[in-house]
Amino acid sequence: MSAFLDALTRVPPLLASHVLLSAAALLLGIAISLPLAIWSARNAAVARVALGFASLVQTVPSLALLALFYPLLLSLSALVGGGIPALGFLPSLIALTLYALLPILRNAVAGLQGLDPAVSQAADAVGMTPAQKLRLVEAPLAAPVVVAGIRTAAVWTIGAATLSTTVGQPSLGDLIFAGLQTQNWALVLAGCVSAAALALIVDALIGGIEQGIRARRRWLWIASAAMLVTGTALATAPLWPRGGGGDRTVVVGAKNFSEQYILARLIGDRLTRAGYTVTYRDGLGSALVFGALSGGDIDVYVDYAGTIWANEMKRSDVPERTKMVADIGAWAKSTHGVGLVGTLGFENAYAFAMKADVARRQRIASLDDLVKAAPGLTLGSDLEFLERPEWAAVKRAYPLRFARTTPYSPTFMYRALQSGKADVISAFSSDGRIAADKLTVLTDPRHAIPGYDAILMVAPARANDARFTAALRPLVGRVPVEAMRTANYQVDRDTDKQTPEAAARWLASKIGLPSS
Amino acid sequence: MPDQSPALAFERVTKAYGATIAVDAVSLEIAGGSFVALVGTSGSGKSTLLKTINRLVEPSDGRVLLDGTDVTHGPAPALRRRVGYVFQNIGLFPHMTIAENIAIGLRIAGRGDEADVGALLDLVDLPRGIAGRLPDALSGGQRQRVGIARALAPGAKLLLLDEAFGALDPVTRDALGTRIRELHDRLGLTTILVTHDMAEALLLADRVLVMKAGRIVADATPAALVAGEGGDDAQALVQVPRAQADRLRALVA
Repeated sequence: MSAFLDALTRVPPLLASHVLLSAAALLLGIAISLPLAIWSARNAAVARVALGFASLVQTVPSLALLALFYPLLLSLSALVGGGIPALGFLPSLIALTLYALLPILRNAVAGLQGLDPAVSQAADAVGMTPAQKLRLVEAPLAAPVVVAGIRTAAVWTIGAATLSTTVGQPSLGDLIFAGLQTQNWALVLAGCVSAAALALIVDALIGGIEQGIRARRRWLWIASAAMLVTGTALATAPLWPRGGGGDRTVVVGAKNFSEQYILARLIGDRLTRAGYTVTYRDGLGSALVFGALSGGDIDVYVDYAGTIWANEMKRSDVPERTKMVADIGAWAKSTHGVGLVGTLGFENAYAFAMKADVARRQRIASLDDLVKAAPGLTLGSDLEFLERPEWAAVKRAYPLRFARTTPYSPTFMYRALQSGKADVISAFSSDGRIAADKLTVLTDPRHAIPGYDAILMVAPARANDARFTAALRPLVGRVPVEAMRTANYQVDRDTDKQTPEAAARWLASKIGLPSS
Repeated sequence: MPDQSPALAFERVTKAYGATIAVDAVSLEIAGGSFVALVGTSGSGKSTLLKTINRLVEPSDGRVLLDGTDVTHGPAPALRRRVGYVFQNIGLFPHMTIAENIAIGLRIAGRGDEADVGALLDLVDLPRGIAGRLPDALSGGQRQRVGIARALAPGAKLLLLDEAFGALDPVTRDALGTRIRELHDRLGLTTILVTHDMAEALLLADRVLVMKAGRIVADATPAALVAGEGGDDAQALVQVPRAQADRLRALVA
């Protein structure tokens, strides 16, 4: 219970972002839908196109819709010479706005077309202009149906806004995604309960407006609307500008697994001590995070040399580790202005792992041995591995043909190996569970897997900020892989789980940094 | 708007819906102050012809003159505010009170403060107490009276009644017809009543026009029609109330 209450303390700032995003998307959706609905009600061709488009949008899964706007905005930004943020608020706003269109549009068109023909003719016959007819007759009579559509759109938007976490926009989804990743159910529960409560309250208040208009009870709809506006203002209070701050606020990014959460807190603690106000953007997709850094959406994060090498630089050769890091630093600086502060001192490489007894029984110790056995085995991977160039490189070096490949979120991948659902997994070398579960890591005699030194990357605006990099420099070369594994395991294990914050504090004291 | 009753003229007015011709080159003059009934069966084109006056229907050909001016001269809303129009389905605005419904014509013309709702309710024999109610709370006959008050409120001198009594019970219908005739005489209106009921036409109007397949097939006074004039189509319609009257008389005898 106290874990749940603890998790609830993280709700207010996320709720503020969530409410702001949902409200903005809903208002924009209304502003687009209503004129379109009026046009549609008067022109069947427009109605067909508008409703067809809105329905089409609705068939796209909301997660995919959000993800779609990242490359779209990225290329748009490139087209106009930069300046359009591809991550965070903008893509979330566009996707959610599109999502809100259908219910509002459909109800408004139905409301306008459902008008009693006698009333419509009477409005013409008494000499109303089209504008007067809309204002005095059509709008008031269609209002309850229109508001019902807005109510549906509001509930959908609040629900779908939890997914905006994946494109780097803070929302209540942060709690759900982080909790799911670290199996912190209190966090998941806190996120779900807050999002559901928000949706229910908004639903009830807009329902009050709808009822007030329908029953012509002016006080009811005015009171409901006033509560809605006040509630929105209060909920977004944590976001109100408060003087000062300015460039003293920095954003630390993290991908979607425990090690990243822990390192983000370790970095955040350094920066806080240096006098910065720190916020966290957790759960960023591995493919998005470098773009988020070079675009300035986040200020600092930890990546892995091989990931940048293969995914961003599109290189398939495997040089020696220090040369690779040096090349990455030069490339990042010259092409994106991104700064590489240094390596943290450990590697988190892809490592093919098996249960020790199974590996022994089948006499598999290296990837070469695995080639023969693969047709009878199932490979469990993380969600992106099978799409990554590293997997292509491994397959080039070792002709692996598995009976089945199944992607899991990292936590569930280890579970799958334990339960026998997977025989081999694409583990991470810094993962504490390799030692704890006594797994056998297969060797890579052909050196197909590049080095994955953890590297500290900073945004272009921070690359030449001496105070900022000075705050981070004590971390360089300071984190041995054993310490990282232990910290990871504290978060990942099933019993006596620690929060990423607690693990970061433990890690700081372990490597001799101030930690209280 | 001149104070005297407006005169109307139709010049070869035609309305076609695709291949169907609803009104077929009708030419007609209606003197100011007359009470004209336009009678015909359903689909004869009488309602379509009426609506060309206030431009709820735009003719395919020909033109309508109101006091010598083409009705298409100027914007339609301005024309309609000078022409009272009452139709069978009434179309009271359900979200407005009776008073707001009656005053709507003046309100949209920016003359809202001139509305004397009480006097208008008196005019159509409705209690002033209903002014604050919504249309839902009224009977069908009361609603149609409100419709008439709404049509007359802006000071219209031309009143178009489009099957206005069609949905009412016979007692209310008779009372309302009589009231309309009184208002016509008292206010100096020009009134055109579209109806399929020849008895109503004969009893209320000064002049009866019979329409069939988009054309005027008879144009006579009620007395002349009762006397057997106006041709076969008109007499077929007059025959109905005449036969009813004969049977009623036989019952009394």
